[in-house]
Amino acid sequence: MEIQPILAALRKHKIPTALIVLEIALACAVLCNAVFMIGQRLGEIHLSNAIDESGVSVLDVRGLDPEAMAADVPRDLAALRGIPGVTAAAAFNSLPLTNNGWNSDVATGPGKLFEKNAPNVMMYMFTESGDKALGLQLLKGRFFTATEYADSKLGGSYLPSGHVVLVTPSLAGRLWPGQPALGKQIWIGDDLHYTVVGIVGNVLRPSENGQGLSGFYHSLFFPISPGPNISNYVVRSAPADRDRVLRDGVRKTEALLPNAVVKGKTFTEIRDKYFADSRSMVWMLVLVCVVMLAVTAFGIVGLTSFWVGQRRRQIGIRRAVGATRAHILQYFQTENFLLSTAGVAIGMLLAFGINLYLMQHYQMLRMPWYYLPASAIALWLLGQLAVLGPALRASNVPPVVATRGG
Amino acid sequence: MFGYYLDLAVRSFRRNRVLTALMVLALGLGIGASITTLTVLKLLSGDPLPHKSARVFAPEIDPLPADSTTKPADLWRGWGNIMSYTDAMNLLRAHRAERQAAMALTPVKVRPQQAGEHPFFSNGVMTTAAFFAMFDVPFEYGGGWSEQDGEDRARVAVIAAELNDKLFGGKNSVGQTVRVNDHDYRIVGVAGKWAPQPRFYAVSLGGRGYGDGDAVFLPLQSGSADKMNPQNVNCWQVADITSLETAPCAWVSLWVELESAADAGAYKTFLSNYVAQQISLGRFHHPEVALPDLADYLAQQQVVPSDARLQANLAFGFLLICVVNTVGLLLAKCLRRSREIGVRRALGATRSAIFAQFMIESAMVGVAGGVLGLVFAELGLWAVRHQPAQYASLAHLDLAMFALTFVVALIASLVAGLLPAWRACVVAPAPQLKAV
Repeated sequence: MEIQPILAALRKHKIPTALIVLEIALACAVLCNAVFMIGQRLGEIHLSNAIDESGVSVLDVRGLDPEAMAADVPRDLAALRGIPGVTAAAAFNSLPLTNNGWNSDVATGPGKLFEKNAPNVMMYMFTESGDKALGLQLLKGRFFTATEYADSKLGGSYLPSGHVVLVTPSLAGRLWPGQPALGKQIWIGDDLHYTVVGIVGNVLRPSENGQGLSGFYHSLFFPISPGPNISNYVVRSAPADRDRVLRDGVRKTEALLPNAVVKGKTFTEIRDKYFADSRSMVWMLVLVCVVMLAVTAFGIVGLTSFWVGQRRRQIGIRRAVGATRAHILQYFQTENFLLSTAGVAIGMLLAFGINLYLMQHYQMLRMPWYYLPASAIALWLLGQLAVLGPALRASNVPPVVATRGG
Repeated sequence: MFGYYLDLAVRSFRRNRVLTALMVLALGLGIGASITTLTVLKLLSGDPLPHKSARVFAPEIDPLPADSTTKPADLWRGWGNIMSYTDAMNLLRAHRAERQAAMALTPVKVRPQQAGEHPFFSNGVMTTAAFFAMFDVPFEYGGGWSEQDGEDRARVAVIAAELNDKLFGGKNSVGQTVRVNDHDYRIVGVAGKWAPQPRFYAVSLGGRGYGDGDAVFLPLQSGSADKMNPQNVNCWQVADITSLETAPCAWVSLWVELESAADAGAYKTFLSNYVAQQISLGRFHHPEVALPDLADYLAQQQVVPSDARLQANLAFGFLLICVVNTVGLLLAKCLRRSREIGVRRALGATRSAIFAQFMIESAMVGVAGGVLGLVFAELGLWAVRHQPAQYASLAHLDLAMFALTFVVALIASLVAGLLPAWRACVVAPAPQLKAV
């Protein structure tokens, strides 16, 4: 295919040419960034979480008499364990993705809370068999013993009085890079310290808490004996039994604690709620991309149709002097390819610029390079698809048009 | 002439129905998306106290230990105007501002008096007497409590109209009791509808940034005595949180009302002097203070979710694409009519007449796009209202936004029409006529 005549023709139509190139460039720039954002959001929504998400239900019990909790909680948990299908039940201070953070800065030795670079962590606390109730995955070491649960009380400082802790690999890597974490000590302030007895799979915090994704798995687990503020009952069952178990659990707990307010949720619901905003953002971005591509495609169809209409005579002449239909088809396809290429080239630059702007103003990450060629290919295809209709119509122009006036 | 141009435009639309429909649809989508996101953004970045936001200030201090490496500006971005109970009360009792109030949020369990009714949780505010006057809280019945009530740790409460409807069927309940966290509080006032957006006073206290108002207001000192847990506690030492009034923990926010800029300057000096005095006592280690007014405070706390701003940017990017698209299609249409233009010019139409004709045609596309955009905006806002976001229920198109829709539509279409109209009016009549 000769490119020279195409360029010559385009030069005669500078403004429509520029408009198509501009449309493709803008679409390419927005598409790159939108798809990148969609990818990021989907990554967040599907963050792994090393617990039994499909089997866990949570009863959030509030308004209990703090004095009576040491006795009430074991009784309630025993009742919950009696529900058919329940494999484990325990009380927690808080749970992943519930936005109820118990955070502290921790250090690897005695030191102040505001030590430089001390990571901020989430402190989960649970009563006996909490590891089973949540489905924690032990990677190294051991879970807690009965005496460790009994010896650990929640003091006025809201910190456990015990001396053992489980860490996630993410936090262990942050505290002791390249070293084994088992047996190491974690300090809070000058006096409180806890020995790492086990490493469990990465569990998410109650909220991202401004720590970024790298800090989202900075979780610690402490044993605790039943008492005030440990009032999230976690019940585990097979996924098939879960909804029934949750209903029965809420009924039983309400009957046992008439003065409390019980809210039951499956962990799946908790996760859905936490990521609801991200999910609606993803839908909005998808919608924008689809509509934008459609608008761009129709724009190309419109301008090319006009072009074809204007050149009917020239096309007829070409056909009359020997060009085949395929030649005409190819002509418009090649022309569109050239325009798309120019648009995509400008669009990739624009996309890069928008990404830089977003990085400055919206804590966006740098867009990986492969988003650029990927959306370039998408727009090439879109352009070819959009031009097909008008190009076919052009190729159907009969040679006899050349001999008519007008 | 105007009527004639309108007629010409309608004729031209009839000739190219699909093309016209496409232009109107694209413009409508772009405008709909922009107006939807702008409405949400306007809602989120509104002024919560329209008549006095410039007079309400948030005192900020830095209580962190000497070896802290956190910069004061970073601390305030995270903590805002919260401080320890001791400092809040010291500043409050100094009475250096026109009005001052300290506050914390607490979830409260309310137990209806009727037997057999289940208790439920509501949003509570523990605060001090001047809260109501400073924040313009309207009252349906009764009023707030006195400073003395607070100092006496009296069990008195103001409840919101909504809770009053629920508990007392909307009747005047002043003098009745409401059971809060298993304690009897005497109702002294019923507040009318009061839900500033954003909920500026809740931002640093761990509360929602938008949405419904609070249900129960009670004296800070009384709530503290009854061991009500504040929603957000930030400690800078390992501390006994069960005795929060003396703990080295920030959990109370302080707001002050100051009449003039001079008063604000004087208050800032007072704040600096207070901090200097605490440094000499060994309690504080960082002399920095800040006193942003409400607007600056909301900017500092980055109240408007960045997603909302991102969506607005995205929508305007989309509108730009739609406008470029409309330029292209209008141009195609008008170039196709070169002959018609040639004839009109030959018959005496001036260039400006041709220009006006095509601009009117674009404006008509714009008005149609605006009407369609309004439909899309209503649809978009309906979708926003069905989102789980805190502000969802507030998303409605107001009159200003309604008007703005058409302004945006007209501007967009006229900008889109400029180039095609210019191309049309420079068409030379002779070559066009020759071909006829």
